[in-house]
Amino acid sequence: MIPIVVAQIALLLFVFFMLLNSAAVMVYMERKVAALIQQRYGPYLVGPHGVLQPLADIVKLLFKEELRPKAADRYLFVLAPIISAAAAFAAFAVIPFGGDTTFFGLLEEPVPLQVADVNVAVLVIFAVASMSVYGIVLAGWSSNSKYSLLGALRSSAQMISYELSYGLALASVLVVAGSLSLRDIVDTQAGYWWGFIPKWSIFLQPIGFFVFLTAGIAETNRAPFDFPEAEQELVAGYHTEYSSMSFAMFFLAEYVNMVTVSAVATDLFLGGWHGPFLPESWGWIWFLIKLSGLLFFYIWIRWTLPRYRYDQLMAFGWKVLLPLAVINLLLTSAGVLYFGR
Amino acid sequence: MAGDLAFFYVFAAVAVGTSLLVIGQRNPIYSVLLLIASFGALAGLYVLLDAPFVAVTQIIVYAGAIMVLFLFVVMLLNAPREEPIDPERLVEPQGARWFGALLAVFLLVELGWAVARGSRALFGRASFDSVRVEQLSSVRFIGTVLYSDYAFAFEVTSILILVAMVGAVLLARRHEKEV
Repeated sequence: MIPIVVAQIALLLFVFFMLLNSAAVMVYMERKVAALIQQRYGPYLVGPHGVLQPLADIVKLLFKEELRPKAADRYLFVLAPIISAAAAFAAFAVIPFGGDTTFFGLLEEPVPLQVADVNVAVLVIFAVASMSVYGIVLAGWSSNSKYSLLGALRSSAQMISYELSYGLALASVLVVAGSLSLRDIVDTQAGYWWGFIPKWSIFLQPIGFFVFLTAGIAETNRAPFDFPEAEQELVAGYHTEYSSMSFAMFFLAEYVNMVTVSAVATDLFLGGWHGPFLPESWGWIWFLIKLSGLLFFYIWIRWTLPRYRYDQLMAFGWKVLLPLAVINLLLTSAGVLYFGR
Repeated sequence: MAGDLAFFYVFAAVAVGTSLLVIGQRNPIYSVLLLIASFGALAGLYVLLDAPFVAVTQIIVYAGAIMVLFLFVVMLLNAPREEPIDPERLVEPQGARWFGALLAVFLLVELGWAVARGSRALFGRASFDSVRVEQLSSVRFIGTVLYSDYAFAFEVTSILILVAMVGAVLLARRHEKEV
């Protein structure tokens, strides 16, 4: 039998490496899906169907020269990508991705599939999201280049604007579930209505889900909201001056953030690891299926919709999404008060 | 617990060290970042006190929202370095030094008194009632108290913030018209 502490450290390392891996898988998927949508083949030379392309990319990034502009702030220029990557990984620590398990009898007591079960998990995710702004702002400022600074300013204005709707969409789910713990929220979504409709929050909170996903895409700076890196206007936005591994860290942060937002959406709205046909201990398969679905949706949207204009983005965030989120929260609260829990 | 104590010393050292550095060096951007680090360490202390909600609120409100504004102002004012003023040219009112020294002494006495009183109040009792602590730091309790006992203060604060917001918008608009 393996002691619990060892199991938990193993779980922590496992989650960390899987997140690193997920970024590589996402890069490959993004290129393949983009190719499919544009009727191309995509990468196919490295390995069968090009599956080793991410490895080739990583090797390329590792061997590139690390450049630093002479006018850049020495410490902050190095610190910024570290903050970005660290914030991206930190949020996943509180996300549960499966029920209790003993790992096929390896452990005496079952452990939950989650790095840290915090009873204010939802707020922790929100807090970490608000921290990730710093990575981008500092990258833009410390590079001492106009494109970087403009990209960073846009990005932070966008992230701060959409954070409000993001938080309100979270709040409406909290009101329904009556808890701040992600594990409790997932567990309230177990079971079925009338025997066949799963009790997922998405059916109670369709507007909340829409607001959450839209704000989530804006928070992670993805198309159609990818202003920080609008190539035609800003070269590459906040990471214009970065190269080699420090650029790779921003890249990594972006993909890990996507995975995190999708995982939170899965837990909050899609019933987490609950699903039909599989026993509770295999629930993580359902989690992965739902997560992959959302990630595919992310990529699909990026290669389908054109980028908004900046003023349209701000107007949409403040004049459409925020009022929608507020009304949704009020209606939800009224509903909960009227019908009880 | 020994682990908790070790963590306390780490967080406390980081909080005090970064706070001193905030005023100890001349680049305002670094000051802002060090202040964020100090807030982070404070949040760690709250976690050790079994108040995760307060800790997270500390991060969201202070480190996340307010410090972003600070950072923006410092960045956009483009004040990369604070130049020390030549002491010869510094105009000093009569008795300013004496007054300052007096204030410092007052502060020291006040601090000593507060610490002495606080420690008596804390350690005089045999032990904490752990159930009560957990109750007091729960989100439900904070919410109930905020919207019942302190509803008036809460509403007044929100109106104050609303007024400040409207004022800021008004100032920004007038500026726009002149240009």
